[in-house]
Amino acid sequence: MRTISTPKLIATHVSLMAACAIVLYPVLWVIKMALTPSQGFSMSPNPIPDQVSMSNFHHLVTMNDGIFWRQLGNSIIISVATTVIGVALACTAAYAFSRFRFPGRTLGMAGFLITQMFPGVVMAIPLYILLNRLDLLNTLSGLVLVYSTSSLPFCVWMLKGYFDTIPRDLEEAAIMDGASQWVIFTQVILPLARPAIVVTALFSFMTAWNEFILAATFLTKREMFTLPMVLQSFVGSYSTDWGYFAAGAIIVSLPVMLLFFALQKFLVGGLTAGAVKG
Amino acid sequence: MIRTRRALRALVLAWALVCCIVQTAWADELTLWHSYRGAEQETLEGLLDEWNQQHPELTVTAEPFAPSVYTSKLTNDIPQGNGPDLFIAAHERVGDWSQTKLLAEWTEQDASFTAYHPATVEALVYDGKRWGVPLSYKSAALFYNTEMVKSPPDTTDALIAEAKKHTAPKEKRYGLVYESTNMYMHAGWLFGFGGQIFDEQGNFILESKESARSFAFARALINEHGIVPEEADGTLVSHLFNSKQAAFAINGPWFLGELDKDLPFAIAPLPIVSATGQPAKPFLTVEAAFISARSKNPDGARKIALFLADKQASITRAIKGRQPVANLSAYQDRRISEDRILMTFRRQLDATVPMPNRPEMSSVWEPTNRALRRVMRGAVEPDAALTEAKALFEVFQRPPPKERSLAPLITGLALLLLIALVIGVRRFTRENMWPKVKANLPAYVYLAPAILGMMILIVIPFVVGSIVSLFVHTQGSFTFVGLENFWRIITSQDYGVTDPLSFYFTLLVTVMWTAINVFLHVSIGMGLALLLREPWLKLRGIYRVLLIVPWAVPNYITALIWKGMFHKQFGAINGLLDALGLEPISWFSKFSTAFAANVTTNTWLGFPFMMVVILGALQAIPRDLEEAAEVDGATWWQRMRYVTLPLLRPSLVPAVVLGTVWTFNMFNIIYLVSGGEPDGATEILISESYKWAFERQNQYGYAAAYSVLIFLVLLAYSASTGQLKTRD
Repeated sequence: MRTISTPKLIATHVSLMAACAIVLYPVLWVIKMALTPSQGFSMSPNPIPDQVSMSNFHHLVTMNDGIFWRQLGNSIIISVATTVIGVALACTAAYAFSRFRFPGRTLGMAGFLITQMFPGVVMAIPLYILLNRLDLLNTLSGLVLVYSTSSLPFCVWMLKGYFDTIPRDLEEAAIMDGASQWVIFTQVILPLARPAIVVTALFSFMTAWNEFILAATFLTKREMFTLPMVLQSFVGSYSTDWGYFAAGAIIVSLPVMLLFFALQKFLVGGLTAGAVKG
Repeated sequence: MIRTRRALRALVLAWALVCCIVQTAWADELTLWHSYRGAEQETLEGLLDEWNQQHPELTVTAEPFAPSVYTSKLTNDIPQGNGPDLFIAAHERVGDWSQTKLLAEWTEQDASFTAYHPATVEALVYDGKRWGVPLSYKSAALFYNTEMVKSPPDTTDALIAEAKKHTAPKEKRYGLVYESTNMYMHAGWLFGFGGQIFDEQGNFILESKESARSFAFARALINEHGIVPEEADGTLVSHLFNSKQAAFAINGPWFLGELDKDLPFAIAPLPIVSATGQPAKPFLTVEAAFISARSKNPDGARKIALFLADKQASITRAIKGRQPVANLSAYQDRRISEDRILMTFRRQLDATVPMPNRPEMSSVWEPTNRALRRVMRGAVEPDAALTEAKALFEVFQRPPPKERSLAPLITGLALLLLIALVIGVRRFTRENMWPKVKANLPAYVYLAPAILGMMILIVIPFVVGSIVSLFVHTQGSFTFVGLENFWRIITSQDYGVTDPLSFYFTLLVTVMWTAINVFLHVSIGMGLALLLREPWLKLRGIYRVLLIVPWAVPNYITALIWKGMFHKQFGAINGLLDALGLEPISWFSKFSTAFAANVTTNTWLGFPFMMVVILGALQAIPRDLEEAAEVDGATWWQRMRYVTLPLLRPSLVPAVVLGTVWTFNMFNIIYLVSGGEPDGATEILISESYKWAFERQNQYGYAAAYSVLIFLVLLAYSASTGQLKTRD
């Protein structure tokens, strides 16, 4: 382990703490509004709450006969399913793009990129009509399908780029040892691509977790609603229930932070170094 | 004898059974949609439970919706057959909805409307027909802090005099707070001075001396009398009145939910305008029960609507839901006639102007709000502002292009398809692709599910959606106009090229917006990622989790907090500038500062994503290489340039390209932070498209054309920079 000079260490910590301060400053108001038992918007310069109460959170989980837990469950199911399906589809597609040279390869990759340029608002109504025909409106599966495909382009590109950095020697060695294509893919390549898989998993999860417009377009029964819709229900035409909204915002942010905290050790794996010498 | 009796009994039993079956088969379940929350929602659902118990053969389920999507859901779902049987909504869209055949008419046989206040009934009339049953009404009134003000003023002169006693700008205290740049809140003064928006025939007649006087009056409240703060939006009004820094506030019944429980307040009707002797008349919004034109049981739905509007239910809604109700007989109940808040709104009702329910009304807000903002910040005089407003209104109301025939389009498409097919087949046979395809079969298998998903769920919806750009949408019907929408946008008809409304101006702003943001996201993300990967840094796990917070917290609330921080008087940023001895900046009145505010917010929101991607990508670079370079004497910058960056590229490029695309289409921040201010200058293409679709007469075709142009611009950009090629 290299020793690091003290001034550099201090400078690094200071800059990181400054960055954290700037990052967290606006969020202090979110916490203040969540803990204050009123629905007004706080614009006072002081981010410390005068009174601390959990009444906003209490209201959130008990309103509408406690349907909040069902809606939280919906969000979790949709986001986890989107992550699993999205990452699975992206890994296989990215592997194909990385390891094979086939007719239509350039067109395919460009195609994935091009689909990201479609402004989403144009597709909301046609997707509604499509899901209506397939009887998938008001279902979690309908949303999972739509979210998985919309997170694909970034995941495919990111994973393909990462797969490209994994030396072919490893696969060739495995082939010589008699391993099949599938075994190579699952036992050699995927473990080495963990950091990229973490990034794409996090991205797919966030895409589904925070998405509001499509969820609001496709869902009409309140027991199918997702958390972003619950949050938006506090935004009225003339006034917003800021206390409830802020409490909801905190609840919605926590799983993401926890997920990132759990996954971050895979993010900084550094597993390829030294795997193949020479 | 016994046999006959037995036969008779069997017959009676059979008959009873049949009746039961028929009864349950005829039990109908209706749906009711609304956008209430809190006490109003509980009261409504309590009433519906009561109905369901008393009428098991005609039950109703209520579905609540977020107000921001409610009207779009109604206009979208009802024509598709997925809408409710009846719904509760504000009356302002009656013109639009009746013309697009969403509503079922109420005739004389269906109900007598004599029980309700005439103003509320009148608001639901369009084209000589009645379209809904009034349930409750809302309008602004004068709230005042009873500790500071003993009795409410009855004229504007008295209001100004009283407000001055409580104004001390240095201590951030103001006599009167209200949203002075919101036409809805200004309406009280407008109509009090004798101004009008539409005449009997529906002509836009806002441009008048009376209207100009009302604008001048509102400006004087801020400038000369100094009793109203500048740039007051809803959140500032709520904050100041709640923290006892304001003596008076003008707001509607929804304000009651925002007030602290211990705040000592009362409400009075708006005062009489001293200059004209007329009372200030705010807008009246009526909430009514409407029957969907597609309901399978309209009579049943009508029964439920009338139940909600009748005397008993109205009393319940008034007392439990705190709604000012339209049914006049409810006011005979002492609990209501002695309720000072409800009775104040009842008195105000007699001096209100129903919000015009014509379709043209939706195009009024943007021009008039802009006129108010410009007058309040001193950019223009009231007369000139009203002339500008009229001009902008006419741009939004411009007649649609003429219908074109479909023939050229069909032939054009068929030709294109044929050419593509011929080219594809020739390339395929010439380059002898078949063996290559066979050799790479596993690749196609790996790709198949992803490609299938993309085609069905992204490509086809986009193609279908963009076809809308070839049509013009007016009042629910689409007429084919070919490329006319595109022509209008590209030739910048109706406004000059340098006008903020023009495509080119917005395109330039969007490009600047994208370039600056992506540069900042990548540099900050890179800087932090490089610091955070060092193994000698303790606590790096904690730093990493803290630094992704902007990505984790929903950006709706954080964007609005940032907007609050940029407030000229009450914002934290100007507070900081003040502490450093610098001049406070009016962030949203100049393009450069408004743009900077947007960029700051978006950078705060966007760098964590880049940081995470780069952290992941850095893992692919063996540290040995970098250390070897350092041993060889390379400087930090040389190591970056020749070792780290090239190795980062394969993972970094997709993130940057996609980041560019996403920033180009980043609607939320522009809409929430600057709102396009000043005067539409900070709008980007996607937010402009949104406004054409939802705030300017529902011009879906025009908005879709904007979206297609966005797509083409991005496509041209990536094709020209070679990012569509795979470099290996």
